[in-house]
Amino acid sequence: MIVSHAWLRAFVPHALSAESLGQLLSAHVATLEGMERTRAELAPFVVAQVVASERIPETRLSFNRVDDGSGTLQEVVCGAPNVVVGAKYPLARVGTVIPGKGGITIERRKIRGFTSAGMLCSAMELGLGEEHDGILALETDAAPGTPLLDVLAAGDVRLELDVLANRPDLLSQRGVAREVAALTGVPLEQPPELRALPPVPASVVGAREASAAGVTVHVEDAEGCPRYAAAVIRGVRVGPSPDWLRERLDGVGARAINNVVDATNYVLHGLGQPVHAFDLARLAGATVRVRRAGDGETLTTLDGVTRPLGPEVLVIADAERPQAVAGVMGGRESEVHEATTDLLVEVAYFAPARVRRSRRAVGLTTDGSHRFERGVDRAATLDALAACAGLIVAVAGGRVEGVLEVGGPPEPLAPVELRLARIARVLGAPVAASEVERLLGAIGFHLVRAGTGEALAWSVTPPSWREDVRREIDLIEEVARLVGFDHFPDELRAFRPGTVPDHPLHVASQRVREAMVAAGLLEARPLPFVRGDDATHVRVANPLADDEPHLRTRVLDTLARRAEHNLARMQGNVRLFEIGAVFAPNAEAALPRERMHVAALVMGNRRPAHFTEPEPPAFDVWDARWLAETLAGAAFPGSTIALEPGDGSEVLWTVQVDGTPVGEVRRVPLDAPVWAAPAFGVELTLATLESGEVAAAGSNAHGEPVAEARRPAAVRHRPLPSTPAAEFDLALLVPDAVPAREVERVIREAGGAQLEQAMVFDEFRGGDVPAGSRSLAWRVVLRDPTRTLRDKEVEGRRRRLLDALAALGVRQRTG
Amino acid sequence: MLPALPPQQVHLSEYLALAEQLERDARALLDALDPATRLDVAKGRLNALQGAPLAALQGALRDLAPEDRRAAGVRFNQLKGAVQEALDAFAARQSGAADDAPPLDLTMPGRARWRGAVHPVTAVVEEIAAIFRELGFTIALGPEAEHEWYNFGALNFPADHPAMDVHDTLYLAGRDGRPADGALLRTHTSPVQARTLQRYRPPVRVLAPGNVYRRDFFDASHAPAFAQIEGLAVDEGISFVDLKATLAEFARRFFGSARTRFRPSFFPFTEPSAEMDVVCQLCGGGGCAGCKQSGWMEILGSGMVHPAVLEHAGLDSERYTGWAFGMGPGRIAMQRYGIPDIRLLYDSDVRFLEQFAR
Repeated sequence: MIVSHAWLRAFVPHALSAESLGQLLSAHVATLEGMERTRAELAPFVVAQVVASERIPETRLSFNRVDDGSGTLQEVVCGAPNVVVGAKYPLARVGTVIPGKGGITIERRKIRGFTSAGMLCSAMELGLGEEHDGILALETDAAPGTPLLDVLAAGDVRLELDVLANRPDLLSQRGVAREVAALTGVPLEQPPELRALPPVPASVVGAREASAAGVTVHVEDAEGCPRYAAAVIRGVRVGPSPDWLRERLDGVGARAINNVVDATNYVLHGLGQPVHAFDLARLAGATVRVRRAGDGETLTTLDGVTRPLGPEVLVIADAERPQAVAGVMGGRESEVHEATTDLLVEVAYFAPARVRRSRRAVGLTTDGSHRFERGVDRAATLDALAACAGLIVAVAGGRVEGVLEVGGPPEPLAPVELRLARIARVLGAPVAASEVERLLGAIGFHLVRAGTGEALAWSVTPPSWREDVRREIDLIEEVARLVGFDHFPDELRAFRPGTVPDHPLHVASQRVREAMVAAGLLEARPLPFVRGDDATHVRVANPLADDEPHLRTRVLDTLARRAEHNLARMQGNVRLFEIGAVFAPNAEAALPRERMHVAALVMGNRRPAHFTEPEPPAFDVWDARWLAETLAGAAFPGSTIALEPGDGSEVLWTVQVDGTPVGEVRRVPLDAPVWAAPAFGVELTLATLESGEVAAAGSNAHGEPVAEARRPAAVRHRPLPSTPAAEFDLALLVPDAVPAREVERVIREAGGAQLEQAMVFDEFRGGDVPAGSRSLAWRVVLRDPTRTLRDKEVEGRRRRLLDALAALGVRQRTG
Repeated sequence: MLPALPPQQVHLSEYLALAEQLERDARALLDALDPATRLDVAKGRLNALQGAPLAALQGALRDLAPEDRRAAGVRFNQLKGAVQEALDAFAARQSGAADDAPPLDLTMPGRARWRGAVHPVTAVVEEIAAIFRELGFTIALGPEAEHEWYNFGALNFPADHPAMDVHDTLYLAGRDGRPADGALLRTHTSPVQARTLQRYRPPVRVLAPGNVYRRDFFDASHAPAFAQIEGLAVDEGISFVDLKATLAEFARRFFGSARTRFRPSFFPFTEPSAEMDVVCQLCGGGGCAGCKQSGWMEILGSGMVHPAVLEHAGLDSERYTGWAFGMGPGRIAMQRYGIPDIRLLYDSDVRFLEQFAR
């Protein structure tokens, strides 16, 4: 929404600069998004005062010294006859482009031995008019050096406002002016061009149809068009608009087209009411039907595009065919053109949802549809029509022969109670009753006092253009923004701590994230969309990309694609993790089953290269296993974590926590170049996210128990040993069928209470180790906390271990 | 492998050749071992390779011609000495403590390990959360796949609100592939407000970080999914002053004594609504391309919780009031770290992520 500084001032003659106005609007009304000066090409010109002038012999030229405010007098040769010492003129300094001379640039020149470093300009050279009798004398008190735009009436400032979705009343110059009036105390007035318009006849009113001046309007879809008014104007002469009207439109960035269309656009931008003018001669049967379009109907819109219509599109049709998409765009056939003499000028209220549907169906957004979709003032239909008809007659001639109206104004808005004490309670600081009355009154609310003192309240009736105000809180917001947010102090006040514990999943995620970062992994936050299968994956009904229409079931699928992205950029050392949601179809509930997973993917060098190790070893399955144990330990502290071997192909292990499977360690197949190392992945489920209804709408579950984060059992300190340990190694020949876990189990069982540690530290095949077996070396540490073990005891224990292992077919390696 | 020695008739030349080979094998094994291998592991390997052959070689001394036994014995002892020497050398290599070790060039680089990093967006989320924790907030979470009711209805969106359009919101298909009844990917973290208010009795002070989804195509500044942080405080007597003071205090701590301003805004679920800006962190308020010459940076949207939202959670909106805010840590991360294109946050390029190692 663009506000013209000049046009706004015609509604409210405030004295603020454009900058101050912008700040005021940002603070109280709608945010200033940008500012643009019209006639920006004049920005480099300054006011200059002639200090001395002499004739250059044998020429019509004069040599002048001028003060341009720079502190040094500038030397300028001038060809105009009207240079007067002491007078002020527009000066173009060296480097300035002259708009009226085909864009020439002023340079430093020598003319007849006199230096010229600038140019004093005429109105024509500035593009301000046709006059070229001499340079433009400026009647101004402004000091030399003042920007020319500051002293010329020409030039406006366009303020671009970000109008909030609930404030369609601000989509016009008058709407913004109303707020400025309230904020500055300067009363709202009518711009001169609206003050003395010719009156229009009283309207002929009908419920579903009305006729006037030979034109009939039928509203067949009253739900889509609750109010439709039109004026019949005959005898206009279409031509260019007067300068004042062109400047108004230029101030809001709208292009002037012809006097009739410009008058309708004046009402659109000035008053916020979209208007459409039809060439009455082109409306078959001098009839208007407001109806749904039929299948197969088309319309060539003003932009020359022929658009298919359908029943979801509300149209303005004549007796035969659609002539406009209601509230969106007119048709080319009935467009006002140079030879048009008779008009039907339409001012209507179209239902916002219907305009939105039409606009989407035809794929067009216009200034009109933007306003209709948000809601125009349905009570102001006739006023806008009168203003528009009056303007047309004023700028294009003709006569208003009839006005008709179908439907009618809305019910007045219901009054809303506003309590003074409630304002202070919600906002945290009191606002004076008189201030409340002044501010709300100034933007059109009608207040009636009820009660006094502490119980002071008002019955507040909103104006017709504020349909957004329905509850007391809506009025409190009006008070807050108009009095200004600065009114409320930045004062930290006492509060009660909340009843909500940290979500358990957040606590687990934090631990997991710390563990992964400590392990040297990089956190990724990619998108969860994949190409899946409807049977196993949740499909997005309206996906952004047809090649990834599903939600992932595994985070590793996403990380695998991210690894490939890195490989494609020659990055082979990939260490990524992600904590993210996965989704599975759920027949029992409206929503999919949603779980929070953590996954990690590693490939390539286990550590960075170093001069002692130019080619570090690559990540392998044992790194993956450790990562899984680390992840599970962080996610489920205090639980028993076990890794069950998988089939050894893709799934290496399943991860179990307290006997329940929670995830897997996998080889991750990738679309990878030959140089890439193998990739390994871990994926665990952290928790299921509750997505069922907490309680029915309007109620709550405050009495019910809630889950809290599981607290890991505290670590118990073990006293440090005070007796020496006895250590020995067992070099064992282990048949391939016996897994190391079995060997360890037997060692631990047979090791008795004195066994402190049993750790495999070497695996070896070949040499004297027979085929079908391997050598596993174990370090065994025995200790008795109360005494030193005797050699014989240790030897006895060693023998018992070997005897027990023999039952597995494991024997000591000899030699 | 050594062939089994014949029980008798061993010639000295044969014996010496075998000793020679054993010595070579021992050196080769130790040379090939990773210097980081533990000494006992190295001994174990050596033993596995040579234990039996050495024993056999010792036994074979008896099978030599008597005149050769002395020479063979000397060789055998030499062999044992040589193997021990090789082991000692291996141990010395390990400890690096050999006396004749060359001087260390201490200008050489240290041995590095991979450094991990949280994602820059997470880093911002954590920093924000840490500040609000100090201000009394705990962390609440909610599902990303949501009911239309929690995402819109409970938050006072009117039934025909444009945000609910399929052009703006990603809806989920049911099992038949057709749009499921009101299942969608949440468009903001605000449904956590509704869920939390239904679950917990006031006073409520929570922060809800999470991913949200919009039907936006990827470009330099838009993504179909991004992080958001929601904040909510509800109790008796909570006012707009609390909102303003708490958020301004947050901004001071997060940006470091930054000036803030509040502008009117609109959200269906808060009223009054206000947008908070901080002085542009790039130009300090003078106006630059980064802040579109305004001198301000938009940081968050906020407002007093709309009474309808409290009522939908079965709360008495006369008795309780509250305030809420939402902000985008992704955008803050881009500003803070100078990231020019939002897609970098999603690509997961290790060279990008490594820059945020701490």
